[in-house]
Amino acid sequence: MSIGPAWYLGLAAVLFAIGAIGVLVRRNVLVMFMCIELMLNAANLTFVTFSRVLGDIGGQSLVFFVLVVAAAEVVVGLGIVVAIFRRRKSTTADDLHVLKG
Amino acid sequence: MLATTVIATPHIRYLAILPEIVLLGGGVVLLAVASLVRRQLRVRVGTLLTVAIAAGSLGVSLWQWADVTGRGGFTAIDHAVVVDGFSVLVNILVSCAVLLTALVADGYLLRERVGGAELQVLALVSASGAMIMGSANDLIVVFLGLEILSIALYVLAAFNSRREASGEAALKYFILGSFSSAVFVYGIALVYGATGSTNLAQIADFLSRNVLVHDGLLLAGLTLLLVGFSFKVAAVPFHMWTPDVYQGSPSPVTGFMAAVAKAGAFAAFLRVFLSSFGLLRADWRPVIYALAVVTLLVGAGLAVVQRDVKRMLAYSSINHAGFVLLGLQAATGRGASDALYYLFAYTFMVIGSFAVVSLIGRTGDVAHDLSTYRGLARRQPLLAVCFAVLLLAQAGAPFTTGLWAKLQVVLAAVDNGSVPLAVIAMASAALAAFFYLRLAVLMYSPAPASGGVLGEEEPGEQPVALTAGTVGPFRAGPAEQAMAEAQPQPVEELRAPAVRGARPVWAGTEQSVAVVDRLNAALLIDAETVTVDGETPASAAADQVGGDVERVEAPDPALVSKVPVPALSAVAIGLCVAVTVVFGFIPAPLVDFAHHATLLFVP
Repeated sequence: MSIGPAWYLGLAAVLFAIGAIGVLVRRNVLVMFMCIELMLNAANLTFVTFSRVLGDIGGQSLVFFVLVVAAAEVVVGLGIVVAIFRRRKSTTADDLHVLKG
Repeated sequence: MLATTVIATPHIRYLAILPEIVLLGGGVVLLAVASLVRRQLRVRVGTLLTVAIAAGSLGVSLWQWADVTGRGGFTAIDHAVVVDGFSVLVNILVSCAVLLTALVADGYLLRERVGGAELQVLALVSASGAMIMGSANDLIVVFLGLEILSIALYVLAAFNSRREASGEAALKYFILGSFSSAVFVYGIALVYGATGSTNLAQIADFLSRNVLVHDGLLLAGLTLLLVGFSFKVAAVPFHMWTPDVYQGSPSPVTGFMAAVAKAGAFAAFLRVFLSSFGLLRADWRPVIYALAVVTLLVGAGLAVVQRDVKRMLAYSSINHAGFVLLGLQAATGRGASDALYYLFAYTFMVIGSFAVVSLIGRTGDVAHDLSTYRGLARRQPLLAVCFAVLLLAQAGAPFTTGLWAKLQVVLAAVDNGSVPLAVIAMASAALAAFFYLRLAVLMYSPAPASGGVLGEEEPGEQPVALTAGTVGPFRAGPAEQAMAEAQPQPVEELRAPAVRGARPVWAGTEQSVAVVDRLNAALLIDAETVTVDGETPASAAADQVGGDVERVEAPDPALVSKVPVPALSAVAIGLCVAVTVVFGFIPAPLVDFAHHATLLFVP
């Protein structure tokens, strides 16, 4: 039994949805980071699947760009989190309430 | 075996990406220099190097402009990058923005004692990302440019680690920014699946030769790209991050962010939607139409209720994004050129405005309440005049670039049959004029010397009291004093005849009327702009000021003293005002420039 590309695309879509909902619903900053990674990897899976379907190697090489960007993003994001939460107890986004209006 | 396999690498034409190389390379060199010197690099040295780098990139961009106008646009590096009038205009815009930001940041860094060259390095890197977005001819290059721009901006937002708000702004920007990036990259993946390429030209080619029976995938990808771009340009309903981030970031960074991030994102937005998906315009134009309507109205509407000037300017930037969307919605070459012109004019207005805000914010970058602007004209007339000009330009006053920018995008919309949208844009401009004028009027109303003076006045006569109050402590008679006194006149003239009775009170002081009149004549340009533009909202603005008097208690005495104006910040503000006013009087060169930029557009 072979698994067709539609399954991969479906899986990627589900992963993307889980990630997107997670960012919007979860309040822990670290979990939000993970959800964003999930979204980026869903895009990667989609790239690879289409690359295979289209017989075009370009899609697979794009994945490397996305991976590098994701890594750079996490470095900066964790740096910001450490800078903010050094003096705090929790990493909950709701604790941030200096800016509002 | 392996030795015979030749991997074809694309020919890299370095001249095509020279401005990006200058900025990025310059940033790296600056970082290396800052790390290698034994003591912390002096702020002034970092600033001068940054200005030199930005000027170099500006020079290279101008050389590219000459090249492109002579020989036409071309693509380079395996068609991933395009050099045409459009991209060169973005390069010039971004170079100017970096130059001005470096000048503004100099005073900020010295004042806040957060030394080092990191801010300048990050600004250079971020700006190179915006340039890459402007010259990208491939969706993945757009994505890379977007990330180079954004990741550096996340750090810039958190730059002043002593401010709690700064870190919070950075985190909010980071979460929502990377969320939108993820949405954007998934959109690229879907478009790639539907069309078989990420190259903008190839996508356009594919769409022109094929009719998709099932275009769900393509439209889903297009929607996600639209959402990603809308986040970056802060179009409603994807604007939630803007006020918080603009308020929390250090003020010079906010100006940079507003100018460069918007310009880069809009450049890519325009290019992707007009060149690749031009054939699908029937699908996306209604969506942009709706986005533009809510962006215009929400931006102007929520700006009115803000008390924090940075928040107010953030909402005003959302309103400006709505105007640029007008140019995109027109979906014509003319619309694109008008949008570019708008971005160009906006860059100078917003960086200048935030430069003033940064000065007024004082040490700690905290004094941003409306009340701190009260009586600024009396304390520092020149600064107040500059800020008033920049605000009026943002409101779209005549004889500034702001008017031409607004006029052109509205005309582009009318040309394309979107008359209701044009009307909504004008209405939002009138609403926006209210809060710009409120701030301008506030600067020209007297500072409350003490709470008692205001308390003695009859509430119904507040506007009169405001003018009369100016006269109270009238002592020395040098021209500077007269200038501070003369300023309220344009405001006064807008008021009802009943208010006019106040005039003899102050004109009849020992101060020579002739001096005042002469100064008024000299200031006629400003007076005119206020008078012409403010017909409707002015009386409301005056009322608002009157209302404010009752609500605002006298500010901290420390906040009504003069703010120091560093020379480099003054130069930056002066440049912004000069560009805004000079090209407002003589609009032709800049309009032609933007028009040419789109004629050379290589699809």
